[in-house]
Amino acid sequence: MSTSGMLQSVFKDRGQPGGRVMPFVIILLVVTVLASALNLLTPEGSALHVSTYTITLLGKYLCYAMLALAVDVVWGYCGILSLGHGAFFALGGYAMGMYLMRQIGDRGVYGNPLLPDFMVFLDWQELPWFWLGMDQFWVAMIMVLLVPGVLAYVFGFLAFRSRVTGVYLSIMTQALTYALMLAFFRNEMGFGGNNGLTDFKDILGFDLQSDTTRIVLFLLTAGFLCAALLTSHWIMNSRMGKVILAVRDSEARTRFIGYKTETYKVWLFVYSAVIAAIAGALYVPQVGIINPGEFSPINSIEVVIWVAVGGRGTLIGAVVGALLVNYAKTRFTAILPEGWLFMLGALFVLVTLYLPKGLIGLYSQLKQQLGAGKPAAAGTGKSSSAAKTEGAGA
Amino acid sequence: MKQILCISLWLMGCLMPAVSYSETLTDALESPAATTRTVPELVQELTEKSLTQAVPVLEALEQQGGEEMLPLFRTMLNGDLYYVKDTSQVVGKTDTAGEESYADILTKAAVTGLGSRDVKKIRVNNTLRSYLRNAIARIQLSSANPHSREQAVLSLLSELDNDTVGQIREARANESVEEVQQAMDLALAMYALDQGSSDIEKLDAVEGLAGSLQPEARNMLRKYAEMEPDHADYSARVSAAAAKALERIQEKVEFYGFIDQLFFGLSLGSVLLLAAIGLAITFGVMGVINMAHGEMIMLGAYTTYVIQQLMPNHIDLSIWIAIPAAFVVSGLVGVAIERGVIRHLHGRPLETLLATFGISLFLQQLVRTVISPQNVPVSTPDWMAGTLQINPVWSLTLNRLYILAFALLVFFALLIILKKTNLGLNVRAVSQNRAMARAMGVRSDRVDAMTFGLGSGIAGIAGVALSQLTNVGPNLGQSYIIDSFMVVVFGGVGNLWGTLVAAFSLGIANKFLEPVTGAVLASILVLVFIILFIQKRPKGLFPQKGRAAE
Amino acid sequence: MNMITERADQAREFFRPDQVWPFLVPPQQQSVDVSKQVLLYIEGVNLSFDGFKALNNLNLYINDGELRCLIGANGAGKTTLMDVVTGKTRPDTGSVYFGSNINLLEHSEDEIAQLGIGRKFQKPTVFEAQTVFDNLELALKSNKGVIATLLSRLSPTELLRIDEVLQIIGLQDQRFMLAGALSHGQKQWLEIGMLLMADPRLLLVDEPVAGMTPQETERTAELLTSLAGERTVIVVEHDMEFVRSIARTVTVLHQGSVLAEGSMDQVQNNKDVIEVYLGEEA
Ligand SMILES: Nc1ncnc2c1ncn2[C@@H]1O[C@H](COP(=O)(O)OP(=O)(O)OP(=O)(O)O)[C@@H](O)[C@H]1O
Ligand SMILES: [Mg+2]
Repeated sequence: MSTSGMLQSVFKDRGQPGGRVMPFVIILLVVTVLASALNLLTPEGSALHVSTYTITLLGKYLCYAMLALAVDVVWGYCGILSLGHGAFFALGGYAMGMYLMRQIGDRGVYGNPLLPDFMVFLDWQELPWFWLGMDQFWVAMIMVLLVPGVLAYVFGFLAFRSRVTGVYLSIMTQALTYALMLAFFRNEMGFGGNNGLTDFKDILGFDLQSDTTRIVLFLLTAGFLCAALLTSHWIMNSRMGKVILAVRDSEARTRFIGYKTETYKVWLFVYSAVIAAIAGALYVPQVGIINPGEFSPINSIEVVIWVAVGGRGTLIGAVVGALLVNYAKTRFTAILPEGWLFMLGALFVLVTLYLPKGLIGLYSQLKQQLGAGKPAAAGTGKSSSAAKTEGAGA
Repeated sequence: MKQILCISLWLMGCLMPAVSYSETLTDALESPAATTRTVPELVQELTEKSLTQAVPVLEALEQQGGEEMLPLFRTMLNGDLYYVKDTSQVVGKTDTAGEESYADILTKAAVTGLGSRDVKKIRVNNTLRSYLRNAIARIQLSSANPHSREQAVLSLLSELDNDTVGQIREARANESVEEVQQAMDLALAMYALDQGSSDIEKLDAVEGLAGSLQPEARNMLRKYAEMEPDHADYSARVSAAAAKALERIQEKVEFYGFIDQLFFGLSLGSVLLLAAIGLAITFGVMGVINMAHGEMIMLGAYTTYVIQQLMPNHIDLSIWIAIPAAFVVSGLVGVAIERGVIRHLHGRPLETLLATFGISLFLQQLVRTVISPQNVPVSTPDWMAGTLQINPVWSLTLNRLYILAFALLVFFALLIILKKTNLGLNVRAVSQNRAMARAMGVRSDRVDAMTFGLGSGIAGIAGVALSQLTNVGPNLGQSYIIDSFMVVVFGGVGNLWGTLVAAFSLGIANKFLEPVTGAVLASILVLVFIILFIQKRPKGLFPQKGRAAE
Repeated sequence: MNMITERADQAREFFRPDQVWPFLVPPQQQSVDVSKQVLLYIEGVNLSFDGFKALNNLNLYINDGELRCLIGANGAGKTTLMDVVTGKTRPDTGSVYFGSNINLLEHSEDEIAQLGIGRKFQKPTVFEAQTVFDNLELALKSNKGVIATLLSRLSPTELLRIDEVLQIIGLQDQRFMLAGALSHGQKQWLEIGMLLMADPRLLLVDEPVAGMTPQETERTAELLTSLAGERTVIVVEHDMEFVRSIARTVTVLHQGSVLAEGSMDQVQNNKDVIEVYLGEEA
């Protein structure tokens, strides 16, 4: 499909799940650019000023939104509930972290030009082989994509080929990230053990603490998020997207009409893992640390609830859900740190019980009810778009 | 004989330099009455006599007091015997966790209000120590209890000399209990090997030592096996025989090492079994995925804690109350979850997973807020503590043993419930065909709630057991949930036997990997193995067959 | 020097614009060899579930272009036989050949579908969350690789074909309706439509007229007879009127093996058949 074809599909809502993403993407871009401008152009004390702290926070949210999008692509559209996407996020983050670590050079506490501080501390004499070349930005970026991609491919290949599905698959993904967490906690792994990688100084020569670098990272994150949204929208509106939905609803039937469903699932899984990895890579320079805690199963499962809140099976829903829940988390933990886990727990239960289609589903339901002047859409031949989104969320 | 010894010692005392003459004189004057003095009187004398004069008193004590003197002798041997300066009362000092306390050495009555300034130590020197040691051995060797006789012999192994061997040989002649005989023979063989005059004698001795697992015997054999040819005692035949005997012992030791690892594997397996078996019901039989299962375990452990807090003076009993209490607490919570949430998510496994995960977060935070974010101490009843020493190289930790037995008990009880009772029949009916079961008049919602309650209750019981092995904290459950799922999935869903086999094989695999790879890597490897295994056999070790399974 | 040009040639060959790389070419569809006039060979197939013999030394040959009806009591093994042919279930022993050259037991469900064997299930299964149109588009005979579906767009001929099929199955008005919202009979039709879209060589149709009105049953009968000839059709049906109206050859399955075979009249007068099957109805 040509680029123009792609753009066409993005603008033209063909009644496919995913809804209209272009307006949303434009709003997103406008808001991020506006926030950046306010940060750079208005003085510190001004009422309009957006602090760098806020920018970093927003950047973090956008990374989470991207991660949510990745989970939504496999869960919402293909029914693969991954409870281990945090692993891909963290692997992407570690690859970026390794690059940033090497950039510190001899500015570390021990001043060793070659070895990162934690290796000096462990009395290592030389760089382990997998750290070689990570001082080159492009090598690191390839690793960001390659390592999670290959892991997703191998895992997906094994799992989907032997037709592990549903809850089993979910638990396998959880075990995967759990095993990685245990591994990364070990000092001998060579990734800084418990403390992970931190104390970064600069990226491509730009000071990580400076406002401009932060703004650029923030804008880049927004850009990547939009790109991921558009690409996902394009995929889901192609025939491949229909196959993916078909797999979600009846994998056996999809096979019987000639599609090798495991191949579809593997590639979708890889695609999703790569998005998660990019999100992780963008996350690390903004928050300044990556440690094995990112692998913990609870992190991955939290992502799922963001998607559920926003509305799975809709691209925008995942993003909205991630932004909302994380904003709530920031506010809530500031006021009542104890209460957040209660909130989160309740959120899991309430959303699954009462909001199976998430906020987006609620929105379209409301819209449908408000427009009740027209005859009810469901069941008639000329079905409205509401009926279609409903199908998407099912 | 002892009399003679006593008198000669006394005579030696008489030859002491003049400075102590007067003292000796009083001693001498009193000594004819020595045989008739009472034990408390003799004890009192210990506070007055000098080091060199203590032996006769001890001898008298040994004669009069017999076995009752053991605590006194031991305390003295350890240098913990004191007397109170003001009252001359003889007390034993015990030191628990830096707290010194004193108790009358004979009556055992605690003497309070004493500081280290108020007491004076009754000193011992090497002569006294060796006398005490021998005396203790003598007393024990003539004990009425075969076990103490055996212990006495074993404690003598490291310091065999002519006297002790003589004693042992004497005792051996009258010994009738086999274990004690063996121990004595071992001691005699060791002595013969060390002091024997001919190779024949020594070879015999080596033969006698060959089967023994006692570290002293092994050390002795090693000494001869590795003896350099230029050593005065060297004999090629003895050396070779010792080496061979050592090899045989080594094999045995390795065998017991293996058994020991196996036991630890089984123990871990029993923990996994306890953790997973409730899940095997809710997930395996009902098909409901309950991510809050770990928290049911945690609630059980906390129930134990709360009950111990309520009855701090009856820790021994607390477990027996905790087991049913934990069952009820976790079971009720389980029923509430089923009624409140899971019921509404029927046929939507992924949503159920998410909702129950939310519940697990909620419960964790609840415990953090209500009780404490830190781990809480749960004590082990005395009857569960300690070890069972099977032989010198192999001992079992009692609590692990109990928990292993307990896990099996729970397993079989559950098996019987599911196979033999009406509830079990209904559960199986509902799990196989809900609509049909309902049409037949089974109240499926009731059955669901009961099943879920049963699974959760059993998780609670598992929590009681776990509280005896690990730290009890808000995260207790979380650390078991993945393992539990692995066990159920590995064993094959819907098959309790599969769960049993899976739990034990994973436990054993883990423990055998651990020495090779380290604990963390071992659990990673096991996880990876299961991931790969599921690829090969997606339905576990013992899959359910037929259309119903699809 | 020589080597360099050689390399360059190789590279040029590799990047030839008029060809796709070999690994992107979908596996060549083996063409079915029907020189012996037989399309499907089922020989000595045994299959047991936990000791219960669902298929018992079953032998069955289907000629190219034939319309065959399979009948038999409930549990006779008709659906199981279709499962075996389409790769859903693997038999314990026996062989299943498509034409004389393709061993179906070596292929997975999707490969078998791509080879040109289409199936309509006993219980209608359509993609409920997608529209009727999308259901048909998915079933379209086309390259079903990942990249191909990602980049493919409907060509005008394909659009026409979908319209045509919509016409045949009578769902033109429902084309943008979600398949989940269709009635049972409409779903049956949609499934038949999906079969038509795939343009298979062999159609396995399990109880097509269950839930249809007499008029629709008639239409189905017409459709199936019209398909035979160019294609080969195997129909499983309990509705004896329907079977009589379309059948040329009828095979009776009983307890997992063939009990009788022949024209409807022959079969109906077969003693064994009367005893075990028709006898009950008569
Ligand atoms: N996966 C399976 N596990 C166990 N038994 C099975 C399985 N599949 C089929 N069977 C058994 O094989 C027998 C044949 O079943 P099949 O579905 O082929 O019958 P059928 O001829 O299609 O019957 P109907 O006319 O009712 O559709 C039945 O007794 C069924 O119980
Ligand atoms: Mg059938």
